[in-house]
Amino acid sequence: MNTAMVLSAVAKPGTGPYLAVSAVLFTLGAVGILLKRNVLVMFMCVELMLNAANLALVTFARSLDDIGGQFAVFFTLVVAAAEVVVGLGIIVSIFRRRKSGATADSASLLKG
Amino acid sequence: MVDWIVFGAGALMTLLGAVGVLTVKNPVHAALMLVQTLFGVAVLFVAQGAHFLAAVQVIVYAGAIVVLFLFVIMLLGVDRDDNMSGEPLKGQRIAAAVVGAIALVELILISRVNFVLGKASTAGIANGAETNVETISKSLFTRYLFAFEITSVLLVIAVVGAVMLARKPKPAAEEGVA
Repeated sequence: MNTAMVLSAVAKPGTGPYLAVSAVLFTLGAVGILLKRNVLVMFMCVELMLNAANLALVTFARSLDDIGGQFAVFFTLVVAAAEVVVGLGIIVSIFRRRKSGATADSASLLKG
Repeated sequence: MVDWIVFGAGALMTLLGAVGVLTVKNPVHAALMLVQTLFGVAVLFVAQGAHFLAAVQVIVYAGAIVVLFLFVIMLLGVDRDDNMSGEPLKGQRIAAAVVGAIALVELILISRVNFVLGKASTAGIANGAETNVETISKSLFTRYLFAFEITSVLLVIAVVGAVMLARKPKPAAEEGVA
């Protein structure tokens, strides 16, 4: 490996840094799910984890030189949009039945 | 060098936004922090040549999804503090931090080992001569056409489901409908 190759490798962040960001982002989302009690903020943490997975997929699409990873992200985006719509509908119906201080525990109301 | 600066800026935006989602008290502020994170991820997408996905990320996520979040927060009027005083499970918070630390170490360790890679997909090459949008559109409207059409059905189902969930139940006709 000559000096020019080393320089070009240093000049551009490789797979590792992106995957590290993805790992930290996923962990923050997972810890948020475990810690938070507000349903809406928990839902936002789900989005954080989804984005971490998307970032990892795009990183691998670049490093393997394969556009397939970007397609996975594309379809994940569509599914995430559908998931948010239905999830927020469920949250609205929980809040409607329980006016004050609805937390994640209130989801047991959905048992009917 | 420039690539490192772009990466650093994107990573910093992403992670600070994510920390903000976890730490701010007001859900409205959390949603705005989420916008920052999503925008940072879009920057990282651009830095890796995924231009189309970066645009979609900003339009769909930072645009539509976060607006939906803010709309629900305003509609329900839950823009008050997250009640963290009561702890339903003893030691749950410490356990969550421990599990988070273990997960982080594990994920980083996994990302550093050599992967067993299967065959490359037939979708196309990412870093070819064509632009990113060209490559994606060619595959999307040929090889992935069926999946693409099916997602529209999925979105219609999601809309119908959301309307069913969110409408007000009629007090009198509740028995008959169920």
